[in-house]
Amino acid sequence: MASDDEIQFHLSIDSRFENIELVQVVLNDVLERLGLEEDTRHWMDLATREAVANAIKHGNRSEPGTRVDVELLRVEGEVVVTIADRGPGFDPGEVGDPLAPENLLRPSGRGLFYMQSFMDRVEFAARDGGGTVVTLGKQVSGVSQQTPAAPEGAADDMDSGGDGA
Amino acid sequence: MKISARNRDGVTILEPQGKITIGVGDVALREAVTEALNTGSRSILINMAGVTTIDSSGVGELVSTYTSVANRGGKLKLLHLPPKVDDILQVTQLITVFEVHDDEDEAVASF
Repeated sequence: MASDDEIQFHLSIDSRFENIELVQVVLNDVLERLGLEEDTRHWMDLATREAVANAIKHGNRSEPGTRVDVELLRVEGEVVVTIADRGPGFDPGEVGDPLAPENLLRPSGRGLFYMQSFMDRVEFAARDGGGTVVTLGKQVSGVSQQTPAAPEGAADDMDSGGDGA
Repeated sequence: MKISARNRDGVTILEPQGKITIGVGDVALREAVTEALNTGSRSILINMAGVTTIDSSGVGELVSTYTSVANRGGKLKLLHLPPKVDDILQVTQLITVFEVHDDEDEAVASF
């Protein structure tokens, strides 16, 4: 369990796709102030988008009022994003290989693959109380040791409410 | 995300600007391609130069539209892939599916 001073932000969003944009704005701002390069920020953003979209769509079934929690942690040598939903659970082993010839032209089934392609660590665990927690880890060097100030309008433990981004 | 459309030598050129991501640009892309098909176009070129981000839903929509166009006897090709969009298509080997051009004249002439 991370100590409080390792947590860079915590967002709790309603299960709507437009709220992914809110996560993206806050995530990119904090990653930039942590000193991560543009390329690294881009791929972390993409992986996080995939995980949050999955949490909304497959986890919470886009049910209004259900929450997705997104947290960014800085630990030694690694920046970690966790995404937690309240859904019935998820078995990543059930996802087919998107590179298999029979799946190449399928319109879906690539989100997990992109997460694994662009992050150094992707883990799934059951959430206490129900749901799934996805952990996305990116090894980084030279990350600022200074805890950045809270982004304007996006304080720690911010609750996006139901109005979206 | 906005998509403009123009016609050149019988080729419909779609030019999305912004993100092709879930709930944002994926539906807009589908609608733009469907409209082109419904107006009789069977040669569709998507200029990707203005695409800033694409996620798995956007990629899925590209694949779906590619299949839809092919099923109606047409061709869908891509123009000016930004490096990060190219990376996305490379990693899932979809770059082998799409015909990609870097020059509009050449792309239009290829249909």
